[in-house]
Amino acid sequence: MKLNKIILPLMIALVAMLATTGCKKGFNGKTTPMPGQTGRTPGDDQPPSTISQAPPVTFDPNAVSNQNPPGGLAQNQPWTMDQVIPDPAALADQTVYFAFDSAAVLSKEESKLIIVSEKLKSDPSAKLQIEGHCDERGTEEYNRSLGERRALALREALNRAGIDGDRIRTISFGKDKPAETGHDEAAWSKNRRGVFILCHMKTGL
Amino acid sequence: MKKILAIAIAVAALNLVRAQDTIDINGGIDIFGRKPIPVAITGFTGEAAEVLKFDLYVQGCCFVSPDAAQFVINGTDNGTVVGSVTDKVARKVAFSRSYNGASLRRQAHAFADDVIQAIESTPEKPIKPIGATKIAFKSQSPGGNGEIYVADFDGAGAQAVTSDATIVAHPAWVPGRMTLYYTSYARSNPDIFMHSLSTGQRRVIAGYSGLNTSAAASPDGTKVAMILSKSGSPNVWVCNADGTGLKKLTSGLEDSSPCWSPDGRWICFATKKAERRRLAKVPAGGGEVQYLSTAGAPNPTEPDWSPDGKWIAFTSQTGDFNICVMPVDGSLPPTVLVAGQNPSWSPNSRTLVFNHGSMGHQTLSVLDVFTKQYKDCRRATGSNSQPAWAR
Repeated sequence: MKLNKIILPLMIALVAMLATTGCKKGFNGKTTPMPGQTGRTPGDDQPPSTISQAPPVTFDPNAVSNQNPPGGLAQNQPWTMDQVIPDPAALADQTVYFAFDSAAVLSKEESKLIIVSEKLKSDPSAKLQIEGHCDERGTEEYNRSLGERRALALREALNRAGIDGDRIRTISFGKDKPAETGHDEAAWSKNRRGVFILCHMKTGL
Repeated sequence: MKKILAIAIAVAALNLVRAQDTIDINGGIDIFGRKPIPVAITGFTGEAAEVLKFDLYVQGCCFVSPDAAQFVINGTDNGTVVGSVTDKVARKVAFSRSYNGASLRRQAHAFADDVIQAIESTPEKPIKPIGATKIAFKSQSPGGNGEIYVADFDGAGAQAVTSDATIVAHPAWVPGRMTLYYTSYARSNPDIFMHSLSTGQRRVIAGYSGLNTSAAASPDGTKVAMILSKSGSPNVWVCNADGTGLKKLTSGLEDSSPCWSPDGRWICFATKKAERRRLAKVPAGGGEVQYLSTAGAPNPTEPDWSPDGKWIAFTSQTGDFNICVMPVDGSLPPTVLVAGQNPSWSPNSRTLVFNHGSMGHQTLSVLDVFTKQYKDCRRATGSNSQPAWAR
């Protein structure tokens, strides 16, 4: 820009003047507000300051509350994990993998969903928990939300295959529980996953 | 004539420059390149000196010899802290005081607050002191489990406030109170707990199926925003502080990390629109979502709104993580300040805490946004992350 060419030499001069770091000789020229002492030698000319102890932070491990959330524990939860026995091995081979930063179910993973839906159809009382996981490259809360979105995407796919949504819980682990601990795509690709945990209702309920 | 015009334009341009800002040779003004105030610290030793230096560094000072200093900070810490500040430019003693009670560390923090008040705070632009403030954060072990900790803002005196050996996340303070919200998997699901640190009592305020996380208390403490997935996608919901009166605010497919404006009117959050990750804001009482521009800082996430209402700090993800700050009014694009994630503003709206380091070995660090100076906190056990500065 023409204007820059005109101003540039003056800017350079000013920059040179300001270019000394704050820690070399030279101030930023700021003056301080004076609370009223002039020409006195250092001494106790302000009242001493007494600092009170901060209140202690207590934690009572026995105080974990069994209080129900608003609306009661059963609110919008058709079943809970303490009502079932999980069987992580049953569908371990059907873990679905996702592309980076995506919750879209890839077409190459769809055959696994067929197997999962068939298993649920063959055992009408069985429930399913879907875990959503991420690789380490996102921030923690972003990944917690993305992991949930992956689990929800798989639940939606199973809905479309005829499985009642009430049979399926989702849980996100964000990036907290990687399958592989490496720091490369080989590990990351194994961590971007949805895991199916088949669950059987405890007898007597 | 052309020469006179050129000089007049140049002089006019120079008048726009404030003494504290450096000039970018390309014509912009770099608000985040402010030079630190040179001070000299003499007479203090050990812990008192360490506290003084930390507190002053993260509020925009640097340390030089007395000849080169604008302010000389002198005193002793023999049993109690006694200190004075001399303004070398104005050639007067700004103040002189002794401190007693509590601990030497507390006294040094109080003295540092008084130093900042004397050398930086003005009636037009008062500075809120931070010396006695606390942070909460998450400490995580390999394997994923962790606990919520509370410490002084410099990391000293860290104490675990949970003991569940489960996954925890995202502590958040109720403003002005010793009460935390946090996410815990203690009941085998990510639930949001409200935990009073003074009584040790806690209870679940959001335990719906699916995800309950990212709690953020409103500035007046009466409401809390959070991410719930119970409607089928993670969205921003708001309820009363105790969990009642739940209302859904957003309908994106992948919303996260709500934070409040200090006037309580807006909630800023991270979302996705047209396959692009964006920051957005929505009226706290409900209404239309407005998208914010973060040009130059891709994949913005984890926003935090400064207490003076002027800035939004956030994490930008580009393979690495970077702490970015931008003015709320959009008058400047975001500025990248330092590598790291999860910024949380202190009450003074210029210092913030964040975490950085290698994966799984994160350390908290305190940054002065205007000078870009930062210093690591004392590290608690495990990987320390997701700090929240009590305001």
